[in-house]
Amino acid sequence: MLTFFRIIRTGFLSFWRNRWLSLATVLILIVSLSILTSLVMVSVVTNTVVADIRAKVDVSAYFLPETSEEDILKIKEDLAQYPNIAQVQYISREEALIKFRQLHANNAVILQSLDEIGDNPLEASLNIKASEASAYKAIAGFLESKYSDLLDKVNYRETASLINRLFSITETIKRVGLAASAVLLFIAFLVTFNTVRLAIFSMRDEISVMRLVGASNFFIRGPFLVEGILGGLFASVITFALFFGLTYFLSPSVSNFLSGLDLFKYYYSNALQIFALQLGVGIAVGTFSSTIAIRRYLKI
Amino acid sequence: MVRFEHVTKQYGKDVPAVEDITFNVAKGEFVSVVGHSGAGKSTLLKLLIAEDKPSSGSVFLDDIDVNNIDPSELPKLRRKVGAIFQDFRLLPDRNSWENVAFALEVSGVSGKDIKEIVSQVLKLVGLEDKAKKFPRQLSGGEKQRVAIARALVHHPDVIVADEPTGNLDPVTSWDIIRLLARINEIGGTSIILATHDREIVNALERRVITLDHGKLVRDEIKGRYVI
Repeated sequence: MLTFFRIIRTGFLSFWRNRWLSLATVLILIVSLSILTSLVMVSVVTNTVVADIRAKVDVSAYFLPETSEEDILKIKEDLAQYPNIAQVQYISREEALIKFRQLHANNAVILQSLDEIGDNPLEASLNIKASEASAYKAIAGFLESKYSDLLDKVNYRETASLINRLFSITETIKRVGLAASAVLLFIAFLVTFNTVRLAIFSMRDEISVMRLVGASNFFIRGPFLVEGILGGLFASVITFALFFGLTYFLSPSVSNFLSGLDLFKYYYSNALQIFALQLGVGIAVGTFSSTIAIRRYLKI
Repeated sequence: MVRFEHVTKQYGKDVPAVEDITFNVAKGEFVSVVGHSGAGKSTLLKLLIAEDKPSSGSVFLDDIDVNNIDPSELPKLRRKVGAIFQDFRLLPDRNSWENVAFALEVSGVSGKDIKEIVSQVLKLVGLEDKAKKFPRQLSGGEKQRVAIARALVHHPDVIVADEPTGNLDPVTSWDIIRLLARINEIGGTSIILATHDREIVNALERRVITLDHGKLVRDEIKGRYVI
């Protein structure tokens, strides 16, 4: 117990006495943690953007004018059983006409020609939203094969390329982001490891003295571990505060650009998880690099 | 107490640094190990404090085979041997008091005992007024005294001194040697002194082991520096 306390005290003391090297380690860790936190934030933004775009994608099935409302509502119920369906909305011919008139309220020519036709030329439709962009193809196929006698057309065929492109773009964003974060974290680890190794290398004489006076390996390694933990602790606290301010000041402009996304609110309401991530990674990198870096100095 | 049995140490494929060395050091003895630079004096001492392993043969300390014990026991063994060196090997970021106390801290001695023991040994080496000074603020002789104080705190059975006066002027050298002799007399601590200072060896009139090119060529009870 006494030894444990001394190890911690020695760790604090040498962290302070080697404050320039400690500062370097902390700064490198801050950079690494900032990269990590930025990646989390970027993934939040891309997820919002992707969800936003996906919400705007839908498929409409248009029915032949003679199809009864009853039949269409049956199909709607049938669709509700189908997997990956988020929402199905029925738009009757009358509703379609009202919408059409509203949309073209300022276009006299269209309204005039509509009046001249006299009859309602528009078709009733089902507007379908899927929970997965990849599901649209199957939904369109399902409708076309089962209700081909009632359907006029499914406009999926027209938006198919757009949907597929969007699908592949979001997948690419996710994959590239993941790969980039892995590479950056590895680089961060290497840099931290090197800084700690430099710190330990500069203390190799001290380590040899410790061994000489009969310090156990545990006693020699302990203070370096404490230093690693301290470095990780400081770095994570500073990074957390840094991003607190950063999201606070950047949030309004991000919200302008992407409506409905409040970065600061996200950061604030997930503060505990984000800090835990920073703290965990910071301490892990600090401790892990210390442990590996000192190993070679503890051989007989 | 200290026993070397047919010890050979070879670095790589070179000529052995020491070859087939056999001798005993009894409790309370003061032994000088002499020889030219490269004769193998330092290698011999390194083997005793288990900083290096012999290529063949064994080194015993109190009948324990130094190079054949569990690594976790090694720190305890090292506390039985006080070691001092030409380059002092003090921790630069600790003052004299802390340098000495450190050797006790690592072995889990309580704070109260540390205070008492450190004050005692600093007084013994005559540095009680330099306790708060850092190594860079001390003269060479004072640094070596701190190192001696540090070597003493565990009441070692034997002190090994590798050219302790190598960096010191003749007057200071004599102070250090007299201090070692006094420790030897009052505490019964064995001293193994590696040196190539002819005057000191001749004036001591103690046992002298002479090494030449890694071989033990002479072992005399009241020896002189003859090479």
